Amino acid sequence: MTKNLRVKTGKAIDETYRISFKFNGSTYYGFKGDTLASALLANDIHLVGRSFKYHRPRGIMTAGSEEPNAIVQLHNNSSRTEPNVRATEIEIYEGLEASSQNCWPSVNFDIGGINNLLSPLLPAGFYYKTFMWPASFWEKYEYFIRRSAGLGKSPIKPDPDIYEHKYIHCDVLIIGAGISGIMAAKIAAKNGLKTLLVEEKPNLGGSTIYQNSDHFKINNQNSGSWLEKEINEIKKLNNLEIKTRTSVAAYHGYNFLLARENLTDHLPINQRKDKTRHKLLKIRAKKVISATGSIERPMIFDNNDRPGILLSSAIKRFADYFGVACGEKNILFTNNDSAYETAISLIQKGINIEAIIDNREEVNSKLIYEVEKNNIKIFKGYTVTDTSGYKRINKISVMQLSKDGQKVVGSKIILSCDCLGVSGGWTPAVHLFTQSGGKLKFREDDQVFIPNNYPSDQLSIGACNGDFTLDEILKTIPKSLIHYLDIKNTEYDNLEVSSSTNKSKRNIWLLPSDKILGKTKSFVDYQNDATAKDIKLALREGFKSIEHVKRYTTTGMGTDQGKLGNMHALGIISETAGAKMGELGTTTFRPPYTPLTFGTIVGRNVGEYFDIIRKTPLHDWHLDNKAEFENVGQWKRAWYYPKENENMHDAVQRESKAARESAGILDASTLGKIDIQGTDASEFLNRVYTNAWSKLAVGKCRYGLMLNEDGMVYDDGVTTRLGENHYIMTTTTGGAANVMGKLEDYLQTEWPELDVYLTSVTDHFATVSVCGPNSKKIVSEVIPDLDLSDESFPHMSFKNAKIGKINCRVMRISFTGEHSYEINVQANYGKSVWEKCMEAGKDFNITPYGTETMHLLRAEKGFIIVGQDTDATMTPIDLQMDWIVSKKKYDFIGKRSLYRSDTIKEDRKQLVGLLTDNPNEILEEGAQIVADINKSPIEMLGHVTSSYYSPNLQKSIALGVVRGGKNMIGQKLIIPMEKKNINVTVADPVFLDKENKRLNA
Amino acid sequence: MFIINCPYCGEREQSEFKAGGEAHIIRPKQPTELSDDEWAEYLFMRKNIKGVQFERWNHAHGCRKWFNMVRDTSNDKIKAVYKMGEKPPIE
Ligand SMILES: [Zn+2]
Repeated sequence: MTKNLRVKTGKAIDETYRISFKFNGSTYYGFKGDTLASALLANDIHLVGRSFKYHRPRGIMTAGSEEPNAIVQLHNNSSRTEPNVRATEIEIYEGLEASSQNCWPSVNFDIGGINNLLSPLLPAGFYYKTFMWPASFWEKYEYFIRRSAGLGKSPIKPDPDIYEHKYIHCDVLIIGAGISGIMAAKIAAKNGLKTLLVEEKPNLGGSTIYQNSDHFKINNQNSGSWLEKEINEIKKLNNLEIKTRTSVAAYHGYNFLLARENLTDHLPINQRKDKTRHKLLKIRAKKVISATGSIERPMIFDNNDRPGILLSSAIKRFADYFGVACGEKNILFTNNDSAYETAISLIQKGINIEAIIDNREEVNSKLIYEVEKNNIKIFKGYTVTDTSGYKRINKISVMQLSKDGQKVVGSKIILSCDCLGVSGGWTPAVHLFTQSGGKLKFREDDQVFIPNNYPSDQLSIGACNGDFTLDEILKTIPKSLIHYLDIKNTEYDNLEVSSSTNKSKRNIWLLPSDKILGKTKSFVDYQNDATAKDIKLALREGFKSIEHVKRYTTTGMGTDQGKLGNMHALGIISETAGAKMGELGTTTFRPPYTPLTFGTIVGRNVGEYFDIIRKTPLHDWHLDNKAEFENVGQWKRAWYYPKENENMHDAVQRESKAARESAGILDASTLGKIDIQGTDASEFLNRVYTNAWSKLAVGKCRYGLMLNEDGMVYDDGVTTRLGENHYIMTTTTGGAANVMGKLEDYLQTEWPELDVYLTSVTDHFATVSVCGPNSKKIVSEVIPDLDLSDESFPHMSFKNAKIGKINCRVMRISFTGEHSYEINVQANYGKSVWEKCMEAGKDFNITPYGTETMHLLRAEKGFIIVGQDTDATMTPIDLQMDWIVSKKKYDFIGKRSLYRSDTIKEDRKQLVGLLTDNPNEILEEGAQIVADINKSPIEMLGHVTSSYYSPNLQKSIALGVVRGGKNMIGQKLIIPMEKKNINVTVADPVFLDKENKRLNA
Repeated sequence: MFIINCPYCGEREQSEFKAGGEAHIIRPKQPTELSDDEWAEYLFMRKNIKGVQFERWNHAHGCRKWFNMVRDTSNDKIKAVYKMGEKPPIE
């Protein structure tokens, strides 16, 4: 039976509302308002996890998002399971199930704990050093490392929750709703500014809201009550939007911020259905006021990581806010006044304090007198040197500090305890400020980094600006806001403040011990198990830059990004290296401030909304006729049309034969179409294509190849001259947008003198392509008025025509090598024209074919597909397409690059045909091509780019790129596969109808 | 995410724009008369400055116009935008 450590009603707790939850399989109870951490502590549970490297038992250390240790897995094995959740942030709800992670087999008996005993073998850089040599040992290490390390388990089932993205524009964004943020929000909103206040916790008021001691007063009320009234007032302000459970993850340039609003994580699972779980807020703020507060520093001493050791401020929060005592025999250890605030709270609630250890020799403040009045022993000028207790602290060793603080003197005092609160002073939470590009300065007085230069229109106020005491905050904020918001006055200009805190502090980054450093485990980064010893070792091994030390020791690289210990790491480095803190710089804080779920990042862009889907005007027909679809860029293209039990191979064989033997029909609507007009249109085409265009007659079509300036093939397609100054260019389906962009670029920036206008008309037309020996008969029935005779309408020509009242553009062009026509009509007529062709083709077994058959047919003819048979390293010469490169033209894009020393090399990879010795063997696209299988290492000559079984040739055919392939026709090569080597012969890439007789058949 | 002041449309989100590399590199008028080295200089060599840099940008999801920008790459401050063919307003 566990103890009940609930002491008095906490401010956040509703004691009438009991909640049951499970932790590591056992049921516990807490109250509405509890976090998992406060509920566990109320049940006297500190041990919640194991550390990453040494698997040391670890407990709850903080009460906020800076928590390094108490990270748990929620709802293990369910679709909602989530790793790395901070117990200090998750609010409990009925049915919550949490379990420890990073321990195996259980948190109480962890096999990895043996690493703790082996720790002399696991120094800084352990991972780098160990796994570098011998390389073959990695496999052996890996098994154990993977088994015993790792931070939680990823969900393996689809995420059932809904996520959203939302844009917010505001005049002022205020981050953090502690006393500073509340004041700023009221001032901004009351001055007519559209204001957004975001707070990561469920409630407003920060740490002041539960401050009810007589030592902190505003206008003669205790500061908590004063703030509560302010909060009630701001909730009524029209100009102010308040979002709680909302944490800012990233602060980018130009005041663009990302925040995660958490809407359902605090609700029982059965109440979450159909609700948005997280909203990613994309905030663009004219002004940003950071009031992110500060994070209490731990102290660095031997065994400072045991369960039961918490930040002193966390102990205060658990007591005041949640009504929970973290222990029955509490000791506080401090170097400043804050621990005495905690002490007073504990005294008020009747929680026992055994002693206070204070680094300072001389301390005098009202707070301390108050504590002393309660007969609590204060060890002044002392330090904790060690602790004991494996799964819970039970004793500490205390010794006196020398005058210079470098050594301990005198004899050791042992004190027993079950909880130790530590306070090493405060670190301003400047993470978001530095993310935004802000530079920090170092304040020597109390050893803190504070904002220096603002990179955008922003201001830091309160504790995150280094103003820690109540009177500093209340005096500074009105003044700085009057200046920042350009207003005359605020209602806070004449507040009466009384605060008993004394600012004195004795900062010692690494506390001395009676042991040598090598025998201590003084943790600097709790989550990654980096110790002071590791940092010093890194420095001894020659690492100087703070960024290098960070990576070598992994300090600050956990999911908490070292929010607690980074300052100590810097401090220890600067002391050891003899450098000044301010000159050493800090490591870079990167977004997100706290981890985001993948769901939040992707929002609604999942499933069918993952990307835009483009459908052709004929899409419904393809659906009705059972087409399988292929994604080509954003387009859905009909891939093949299986009949009955056909698989893809069967369907493609049938479609290919039909297209060659009688008639095939293809939806070619996705090809990019660019309308080109202007008096310089011909000259423009001359410059962008490799071949010549000036002499192309009106009504004629021409195939063009477009290069990049580096000479590599970029796109291809047929362009038709519709009129004297009017062309229509087709591009590849995938390249349409890029070609349009590239052409615009040249027109606007290199050749603004050309009179040319470009319009993308891809979606305006439906394109029906009819091919095969019977295509002429079919088209003549669909468009009876059109003269299809070879004399009047030869290959590579164009005519306007009408189908009833529908205008159409008919091109006699071919990508299959067959006699064929492309009928272009306004998109919404596409389906009716397609159906007319199907009707007319009935007697000729007109067969719809998809992209797969199209690829096969063109491969039989050796026509390339840009992007499949080419990558960005193929010139037209490499493709054996010298014929299309004009020798006469003075210039075109890429021309000069075609005779650079590299592009004229004879042994470049060149496009060739490949025939397998066994005609039934189909090569794998992407397979490697070699000549000598016995050479080691085997020299790779190229790879297979396209491969099919041709029903028309009754054999396997393939295209590939082979080094020096042009001169290897007839030569034998080998395709080495996993199970066998396939023998091939290099061939001409044109496999069928080299004389192009079929075009006019 | 910058706010970019398109010289034709005004202030818009960076997501509407496409960056186009260093500005004021003029395509040679007689490429065929250049040596390999001279052509390579035009084709490949870019300054990639840390500090004030002259860049091309395209309002790709807007007016589709190309324009130039002066940007300090060390802090992403945009110092000026100006139309193609115009002289930079800052040295
Ligand atoms: Zn624009």
